[in-house]
Amino acid sequence: MSLAAESATGGLKDSLVVEGARIDLIERGAGKPLLFLHAENGIDPSMAAIGELAKSAHVLAPTHPGFGRSELPKGMRSVDDLSYFYLDFIDQLDLYDVMVVGVGFGAWIAAEITVKSTARMSCLVMANAVGVKVSDRETRDIADIFAVTDPEYLAMAYCDPSVGRRDYKTLPDAEVLAAARAREATARFAWNPYFHNPRLKSRLHRIRIPTLFLWGTHDRMLSEAYGRAYCAMIPGARFETIERAGHFPHEEQPKVFAEKVFAFAGKVQERVA
Amino acid sequence: MRVYQFSEQPYHPAWNDHNGSLRVIFPNRKCDPRVAADLFHRYYDEYQAADELGLDIMLNEHHQSATCMSSTVAVGLAVLARATKRARLLVLGYPIGHRPDPLRVAEELSTIDVISRGRLDMGFIKGIPYEIAASNQNPVYLMDRFWEAHDFIIKAMTTHDETFNWEGEYFHYRQVNIWPRVWQEPHPPVWSTTGSTTQARVLGERGYVMATLGTGFGTRKIYDAYRKSYLGKHGKAPGADRFAYLGLVAVANDREEARKRGELIADYLRTSPIVHLPFRNPPGYLPPEDNARILRGESPPRTYTKGGRVITMQTAPIDDLIDGGVLFCGTPDDVYEQLVAFCEHCGGMGNLLMMGQGGFLTHEQTIDNLSLFSREVLPRLKAYRQPDAEAVAASVAA
Repeated sequence: MSLAAESATGGLKDSLVVEGARIDLIERGAGKPLLFLHAENGIDPSMAAIGELAKSAHVLAPTHPGFGRSELPKGMRSVDDLSYFYLDFIDQLDLYDVMVVGVGFGAWIAAEITVKSTARMSCLVMANAVGVKVSDRETRDIADIFAVTDPEYLAMAYCDPSVGRRDYKTLPDAEVLAAARAREATARFAWNPYFHNPRLKSRLHRIRIPTLFLWGTHDRMLSEAYGRAYCAMIPGARFETIERAGHFPHEEQPKVFAEKVFAFAGKVQERVA
Repeated sequence: MRVYQFSEQPYHPAWNDHNGSLRVIFPNRKCDPRVAADLFHRYYDEYQAADELGLDIMLNEHHQSATCMSSTVAVGLAVLARATKRARLLVLGYPIGHRPDPLRVAEELSTIDVISRGRLDMGFIKGIPYEIAASNQNPVYLMDRFWEAHDFIIKAMTTHDETFNWEGEYFHYRQVNIWPRVWQEPHPPVWSTTGSTTQARVLGERGYVMATLGTGFGTRKIYDAYRKSYLGKHGKAPGADRFAYLGLVAVANDREEARKRGELIADYLRTSPIVHLPFRNPPGYLPPEDNARILRGESPPRTYTKGGRVITMQTAPIDDLIDGGVLFCGTPDDVYEQLVAFCEHCGGMGNLLMMGQGGFLTHEQTIDNLSLFSREVLPRLKAYRQPDAEAVAASVAA
């Protein structure tokens, strides 16, 4: 196991080498491990949702390979590859009873991980998840985000577009580059087939841990009907909505998001006890 | 110098009603197939005239666009391989990274080389960003696919005695053996395009013919990057025949008429970039460092005049386009002098890719443009002595 660099402010890790690739890692809080898999727009340590989740769990929030400053292991090109990368990550840190929480693209990764193994997981939360195709070949389940302008995209992805707006002229270089890398990495993994793996649907029955779908109701990249159809493919999965939030509910309603995650995790605990 | 006549084969009758995009999402309802047929025949007639006038021929392809009807360049090449007698047939280019099946590309190009009895010049290109929508290839991997397709096509064209196996990252075949085999040995000359010094170095190492367009009086630094890497790899200077430049050409017996033609041809520059914004820069097409600069609102200007002034091709007036080496325009004397000045700037440029038809230039104007150019300018360009290649390369290396 390769040890992470120690951060300047505490004993927690801020990066980790997995499969020979160094990735950024936000590690906060104490308690049961919670693996947070970020959405297609990346992650930054100041995100309120991280703080909210860290109040009740030991949050591990890696920056996916190819995003932010994280390196890309040689040959990695699919969400399938990413899922094996995170299984190695969990093995490497020797984590047990992990709550896996993913948003958007990160929820797709979470599904690809848990169809392979749930041995080290306690429960799964998928928010505004992509990853499958539910309608016929001529119906667009997932809006073509690469065919719209930035303002159109923000209006599509957020209940309040100002939450997602960035002024790249004033942001630090590293954040601008991270935004550019997030866009490229999203295309790398999700261009074609578009934001889904045609093989995933037939494997979802293998997710045999308690699963919660969270859904920001103002998401116009995906419909709630899509979310409900996806949810119905996972045995016993619950579906809950989050109001005044779009495709990234953890950004627009971080408190509600964390409350719903832990309310669900609490019920899971009760059931186990 | 060789001069290749080129037209994008525009469907200009629909240009006045485009709602912000002439490409990708511009509905084909706006295309009347009867009008398109007349235009195709007209453009092929002009290419045949070019053949008879001693010019060579260049074709290209774009997709889902009213700026260029040639969406399947192999079809145009096939028509002209049969209908012309002597002209070189340059495809610049074939976007091979987009193609699902490079074996099919090798077969098409070999067939055209054979039908034309060895007149094919084979330009392989990445393709502009707007082409991604039509192929839906992942832009992140486009250049990796490009080079694998390139390697495969060359191998397919140069393997003659037994089938071969290919199990690459992108393409898989187990029994490759293309018929017919190519006419030109070992394979038709390879060309490519670029606007960057990085890619120029790659092309210089390989010794392929390198073309630029719209680079104006900023062309020299791209050529010099090529020269340096060519010299390093091959131990000698690249001749002028390794360099090509795409310029608009409007020639007439009086300057006023030439400028009128220049204005019409320049409508190519004014319409070509009219594309719905999101399709102009798909993710992964450019490296993240370049995209970070674009997010910041910086974009490097590409076209310079001889005096170092930046011009914007889409909006520049005729005089700026002439100063920028984008348009060569005037009497035969003017055009000859402008071209020679440009070649001297380049340190040698042996292939003029001449947009002799563009925009709204009519058939009669095009024929007159090509005829006058062939009669009055071409012979002088053939006789023109390019700058000494060794001396130029030595000055670059120093």
